[in-house]
Amino acid sequence: MDRRDSLKSMFLGSLGTGLLLTGCNTDVSAPTPEIAKAAEDYFGRTPKEAALIEELNSEQFFNEHEMETLNILCALILPANDEYGSATDAGVPDFLEFIVKDMPHLKTPIRGGLMWLDHASNSTFNTEFQEASEENQKAILDTVAFPDPDKPGWEQPVQVQFFSLMRNLTMTGYYTSEMGIKDLDYKGNQPNIWDGVPEEVLQKHGVSYDPEWIAKCVDQSQRGVTAEWDDEGNLIT
Amino acid sequence: MQIKESSKIYDVIIVGSGAGGGMATKVLADAGLKVAVIEAGPYFDPAAPEQRTQLKWPYESPRRGASNHRPFGDFDSAYGGWEIEGEPYTQKDDTQFDWFRSRMLGGRTNHWGRISLRFGERDFKHYSYDGHGDDWPIGYEDVKPYYDKVDKLIGVFGTKENIENEPDGFFLPPPKPRLHELFYIKGARKSNIPVIPSRMSMLTKKINDDRGICFYCGQCSRACAVYADFSAGTCLIFPAQKSGGQIDLFVNSMVREVTTNEEGKATGVSYISKDDRKEYKLKGRVVVLAASACSSARILLNSKSEQHPNGLGNSSDMVGRYLHDSTGASRSAFIPDLMNRDTYNEDGVGGMHVYTPWWGDNKKLNFPRGYHIEVWGGLGMPSYGFGFNPNDLNRFFNQKVGGYGNSLRKDIKKYYGSTIGMAGRGESIAMKDNYCEIDPTTVDEFGIPVLRFNYKWSEHEVNQAKHMNDSFEEIVHNMGGTMLQDAPSKASNYGLENPGRIIHEVGTTRMGSDPKTSVVNEFQQLHDVDNVFIVDAGPFVSQADKNPTWTILALSWRASDYIIEQLKQQNI
Repeated sequence: MDRRDSLKSMFLGSLGTGLLLTGCNTDVSAPTPEIAKAAEDYFGRTPKEAALIEELNSEQFFNEHEMETLNILCALILPANDEYGSATDAGVPDFLEFIVKDMPHLKTPIRGGLMWLDHASNSTFNTEFQEASEENQKAILDTVAFPDPDKPGWEQPVQVQFFSLMRNLTMTGYYTSEMGIKDLDYKGNQPNIWDGVPEEVLQKHGVSYDPEWIAKCVDQSQRGVTAEWDDEGNLIT
Repeated sequence: MQIKESSKIYDVIIVGSGAGGGMATKVLADAGLKVAVIEAGPYFDPAAPEQRTQLKWPYESPRRGASNHRPFGDFDSAYGGWEIEGEPYTQKDDTQFDWFRSRMLGGRTNHWGRISLRFGERDFKHYSYDGHGDDWPIGYEDVKPYYDKVDKLIGVFGTKENIENEPDGFFLPPPKPRLHELFYIKGARKSNIPVIPSRMSMLTKKINDDRGICFYCGQCSRACAVYADFSAGTCLIFPAQKSGGQIDLFVNSMVREVTTNEEGKATGVSYISKDDRKEYKLKGRVVVLAASACSSARILLNSKSEQHPNGLGNSSDMVGRYLHDSTGASRSAFIPDLMNRDTYNEDGVGGMHVYTPWWGDNKKLNFPRGYHIEVWGGLGMPSYGFGFNPNDLNRFFNQKVGGYGNSLRKDIKKYYGSTIGMAGRGESIAMKDNYCEIDPTTVDEFGIPVLRFNYKWSEHEVNQAKHMNDSFEEIVHNMGGTMLQDAPSKASNYGLENPGRIIHEVGTTRMGSDPKTSVVNEFQQLHDVDNVFIVDAGPFVSQADKNPTWTILALSWRASDYIIEQLKQQNI
């Protein structure tokens, strides 16, 4: 095994089992920290924070009609493709239900905006937004989906502001969901041994490492060896 | 009901468990002294399953990590913030000072940036160099042995660079730069702005059996469950307990005042338990304040007695004065060459792998002190806010902004990792007229009078912020990028943050040899009361363009050695 491979294999099998780090070779003999599996039941709330979440979860803000409209709207903003589901499939409407209770200033703009969608649809197509055909729903969205690039957000017409807010919350809800993170192909948030940018990436972006700089950087095969210095502060291990 | 008084007499009572208090706890308990540590917040151990936020996914938080409750996001390990319910502070005139407090074991060391810089020779003697502020009564040579010991005990990565006023230390090897950092290096060097590996306290290599080695999740602000980064609880207090130290930990305990006897000497402290809202007293031979610069000043000012009518240690009227925070200004930029990235795990260590130390010659500039530049960017983990304005950057290519549908997925991927940010963190001049004092009209929920702030930036800091912005623009131009915000105007102080925003407040109980113009002596002992010491950043005479933590640690160790010596000689 070359060094990079051996480092990689150190973490194989460690995912999903807490943080059990086991070395496959003895020269990387880091202590093997284990974090209790029970940690999966928490996300580090203080009792007061946990109580607030419980309280917000016990309330319901959006009514049934509003939730149905959100289900349709989120899936129009980010529909399914061949590989991944829509924002609605990823649970964004439930995220919206929580976040407007947690950020109460969002309540009225979103509730009012949903009302505007029905009004626009009633006026033009003589039916509520959720009953309109997809073509007609899109025709309504097309009137509000493209803000004037020369104006700041707060000067945009109110329905344009509503749609921009919905697009922001839908996108953030999706990309912070399990599905969205896979879609984005984010590869972190797990034990790793960072040993520099892959060579092909350096080439693609036209940069390279300065050998003098790299010579000072950590030799990951020695990370488990206890640090010792000479009197001048030079690392000797 | 009368105040409950403990019959036990401690050798030392330490108020606060952050960098200064943690170090004092370790040194004093290791010396065999009986120590009480009083902390205003709860017990905190980042390895405890119910407190851990490290390696959590954004969807494990119903608000997806948003910062509307914890100021640096739902997973950040600071219990507190600039505003704490029940613990107000007030402002004099048009002052806007923002005061950050973390109420938890380990204090602000749990979430801090781990940037661990030594002050240099010039930083201790800046008055002699440029005529502003005052010199410290000690110099780099006095602190160097302690910096060395802190490096070896706690661990800091970095490189020997031999740069003037940026002393090297006993470094662990640094991690390699990430892609956006290579662009930053290129851009900065084009303008002869130096860039060197960061100096931060994460273990890139083993230092002992008690602590894990960094596994590069980039989440130091969440506090590390394997203790691979520095926080005062995990690296100082827990090891001191483990090696048999006689340490009584009083958490959820809010200190009101230092108690004194008829001779004016300290006898202990009184505090309010948050659990039962009753008052208690502890007795000790020595009191060490480490509650943070402003909190320690508040405790002293609230400790009034017949012997100390102006507050404890305040015969000079200097307690609370010379309060100063680092300056800060930041901007972000879009770098087209960083578009369309392949994804791979580049979380790295929390924060930056490279930074720019101060490079300018202030004699040729219209401000007297320097700043360093911190850099961020990369393929980070999404959190609340990710995906907002998903194709806003299209405007740089005259393409449509807005819309909906599957094209948004392509926009997200196209721009993921293509923005970078820069933050300048600089030195302000300590001024007598910037201060905190007791506001006699306002109390907190414990009935303790609160602090009122009076603070104004001067032209020095404003001009420095302008220079920061000019530097950012020059570097970004060299990187082929575009700034994402317009240059801040003079009317907005060139983007200079409110004092307190950088969370480096220091100077409120400054050290000096003259009891008329300073609060503590060079060993951080009150001039007025020989058994009270201050080991947070209150004794700093000046700030330097370095983050204060490493110097707090070194000075706390030095003061603690002095306390041990004085107790041995029965001087206190």
